[in-house]
Amino acid sequence: MRSSVIIFPGSNCDRDMDVALKKFGFKNQMVWHNDQSIPKSDLIVLPGGFSYGDYLRCGSIASKSKIIKSVIDFANSGGLVLGICNGFQILTETGLLNGILQQNKFLNFICSNVFVKVKDKQNKYFKDLKKDVLELHIAHNEGNYFCSNDELKSLEDNNQIAVTYCGEDGTENETTNPNGAIKNIAGIFNSDKNVLGMMPHPERMIDKYLSGEDGSLFFKNILDNFK
Amino acid sequence: MEVTEAVAIDHGLKKEEFSKICELLKRTPNLTELAIFSAMWNEHCSYKSSRKHLKKMHTKGKQVIQGPGENAGIIDIGDDDAIVFKIESHNHPSFIEPYQGAATGVGGIMRDVFTMGARPIANLNSIHFGSPQHKKTRNLLRGVVKGIGGYGNCIGVPTIAGQTTFDESYNGNILVNAMTLGLVNKNKIFYSKAAGLDKPVIYVGSKTGRDGIHGASMASATFDDKIEEKKPTVQVGDPFTEKLLLEACLELMADKSIIAIQDMGAAGLTSSSIEMASKGNLGIELNLSEVPCREEKMTPYEIMLSESQERMLIVLEKGKEDHAKKIFDKWNLDFAVIGKTTNSKKIELIFDNKKVAEIPIDLLAENAPIYDRPWKKTKLPQKLKFDKDEFKSLKLSDCLKKILSNSNISDKKWIWDQYDHTVMGDTIQKPGGDAGVVRVHGTTKAVAASVDSSALYCFSHPLTGGKQIVCESYRNLISVGAKPIAITNCLNFGNPEKEKNMGEFVECVEGITEASKYLDFPVVSGNVSFYNETKDKGIKPTPTIGGVGLISDYQQMLTMDFKTEGNLVYVIGKTDGHLDQSIFARELLNEKKGPPPTVNLFNEKNIGDTVLDLSRKNLIVSCHDVSLGGILTAVSKMCIKGKKGIKINSLKGLTNKYEYFFGEDQARYIVEIPEAGLKKVKEILNKYSVHFDELGTVNGQSIAYKDDINLSIEELVDAHKYWLKKYMDN
Repeated sequence: MRSSVIIFPGSNCDRDMDVALKKFGFKNQMVWHNDQSIPKSDLIVLPGGFSYGDYLRCGSIASKSKIIKSVIDFANSGGLVLGICNGFQILTETGLLNGILQQNKFLNFICSNVFVKVKDKQNKYFKDLKKDVLELHIAHNEGNYFCSNDELKSLEDNNQIAVTYCGEDGTENETTNPNGAIKNIAGIFNSDKNVLGMMPHPERMIDKYLSGEDGSLFFKNILDNFK
Repeated sequence: MEVTEAVAIDHGLKKEEFSKICELLKRTPNLTELAIFSAMWNEHCSYKSSRKHLKKMHTKGKQVIQGPGENAGIIDIGDDDAIVFKIESHNHPSFIEPYQGAATGVGGIMRDVFTMGARPIANLNSIHFGSPQHKKTRNLLRGVVKGIGGYGNCIGVPTIAGQTTFDESYNGNILVNAMTLGLVNKNKIFYSKAAGLDKPVIYVGSKTGRDGIHGASMASATFDDKIEEKKPTVQVGDPFTEKLLLEACLELMADKSIIAIQDMGAAGLTSSSIEMASKGNLGIELNLSEVPCREEKMTPYEIMLSESQERMLIVLEKGKEDHAKKIFDKWNLDFAVIGKTTNSKKIELIFDNKKVAEIPIDLLAENAPIYDRPWKKTKLPQKLKFDKDEFKSLKLSDCLKKILSNSNISDKKWIWDQYDHTVMGDTIQKPGGDAGVVRVHGTTKAVAASVDSSALYCFSHPLTGGKQIVCESYRNLISVGAKPIAITNCLNFGNPEKEKNMGEFVECVEGITEASKYLDFPVVSGNVSFYNETKDKGIKPTPTIGGVGLISDYQQMLTMDFKTEGNLVYVIGKTDGHLDQSIFARELLNEKKGPPPTVNLFNEKNIGDTVLDLSRKNLIVSCHDVSLGGILTAVSKMCIKGKKGIKINSLKGLTNKYEYFFGEDQARYIVEIPEAGLKKVKEILNKYSVHFDELGTVNGQSIAYKDDINLSIEELVDAHKYWLKKYMDN
């Protein structure tokens, strides 16, 4: 499976993503934000970081960058686009995903392990995933997902909520919500479920010496579904 | 403006220093020249009070590639890999403006590291605040933590360990010490020594603004009531630009275009240009009209003194300008040829086609004043005799709970949750352990790092205190399974013009030197911060040691959490029960006198070797050094982290259980031993002839000792985890 990771000025999880993708067998290449086009890919990843310093609004300037038109075209033609953390913020700014990411409820940056519940498996990311609850890692200041009531209803009706923050046993409530996101939302799909944005970083959980290994399941599953 | 003695004094120069300048120049300097002298001759840049004593430090070793005197120190970790590291203070600015002060402290130290060609791989910090009851403490703490996080998180370098303490002596002067480790190929290191004539001098990075003017002078003076007025001397950080600068510099460093490179830190363009020329024994000519400026009508005086962040000065190979410019254009950074190297051995400044300053470089560097300041020795306080009756009313479990919730012992998760400690995907020991550990990317090696200071011990007896922190750092590295290699130090003291403060400095340095020599744990970089004093009240002497060690196979890393029910728990090293200067004495006996625990360097080394030997042979599965709060505090942390309890044996011959459990004797570790390896463990302990106590067995869900203690893990957690969070939520 061929993948491309876009590097914006200020991206800082691009290498981590490259390492993770290659570890599980993706043929990955890095693409500079000023490039006009993206090499032939089966998956495009917008990595975490602080694109363009996240000045103005997180992800907002990146959503107007030169490369982004190719990303949008790729998504609209059904290609898989994955945005992690800042990548998720960029995807909402482009309009590929609904809603916005506000500052965390308690106004602090949070770097911590979290559990997320996989809410939908009828998609190319989570289909046949063995686990329902994954332990992943978050590191963000603006991860508090919010959207209008209509948008929320439509996300729910179309099963576009991808993952929600929960406890180890899968309980979703206020205490298992680290940042105040509406309905504990940690990640969502577009209506065709080829575009996924999520705050947690699977690329930081890929071997037992790190914070955990559930990120490996995520990457392997994408590959398994591609075959 | 006419330059007079009064103007010189306003610039922080002493009367005698001004006459010396006039004498050396054989004329009165103009204002720009005076500014350059004041910037180069202040304490922060010239080390004029400390240099004499710093020279005595132990700075050499088998693995040392670069000792003090460069942007950072460098050690060899094998296979062409080298670690570049340094710690630096940003105390004064952080007290005036905590967010920006701390943020730019982190930015500055990272630049020092990547200037040498290294990619930063880990940040640490040691931060010290006034009493929790003091009205400024909460806001200062919040601001500093946000500043450190705001900068490091954005750059994408993990913050892997740190230290936070509270003491009323920091009420008017907080301390913010930031440390960075970087990884470099040892054949591709860049230095700040210029070489060759007529080579282009290049300015890259952010534009120059009016921020931070006089920053270095401000950091070389004490505070008074009017510190709010000093806000404009604090620089403003832009981590995004630093990230671009990092990537651009590393890209340019991939080939051989750079002759010398120096970041513009304290005293900005002045200090960077003069240092490069001075080290290369050259002259330098700068055309200040070419310096990219953020604001209009900046004068040469302002351009030379600005401490705008995220700027670098490069001496480039001739003909490489276009190649270099292309890289900086790609990263959207300013790039300007602003001068050249010359054979004049002078710094010559041109502005609007006129020469505006001309000073021989040796006057600024080598001829800077050096002071042999008078200092006073501190006598070792007499050891206290505690009356048995004093302990009568104390219950062990209440004492333990009280100590676990002490502001200096309690969990600091509230802080490090705000630092990205996992970015770069190689953090294998997070904050909260004895040391942070990151893998050397793509290898089996890992680097451990820890920051330590013990102001109470240093205040009581600086010589012992100085030794003790080096040992503490040594132990923290060994506790995670790392072989200690070298240290960096940040020497935070009061006013060196006072004999007592100067004495504290001299004796702490002596202690550090003695210990680092004995332990073969050399000092490779560091910084001195004097004048941490407000309205005549100085801080307790607070030298901070940043230690770095190597784990050659990261699978052998140790953590402190108890692993398996039934495993044996030993204390390695002898407990005499030293309570003077301990947390126990302070918290429960309200006793602040007495000497710090004795440091025995032979024991420290021998016991350290023993523990390393045990860990290399995979005979211990967890390890934690015993420090503040003594054995019970250490064991409690191992229980909390491992979510497992301990049954403590009824120890024979115990004369005073308070002394045994809470004494802060040095050179001790607690280790967890699987029964299968016990025989081998005992052989090794005997081989090294070290004292050990069979403390107990990993057992159940509580810490239990005879009828004296029975505390569940939840009770320990309640005592330990929430002090800081509750304090900050108030």
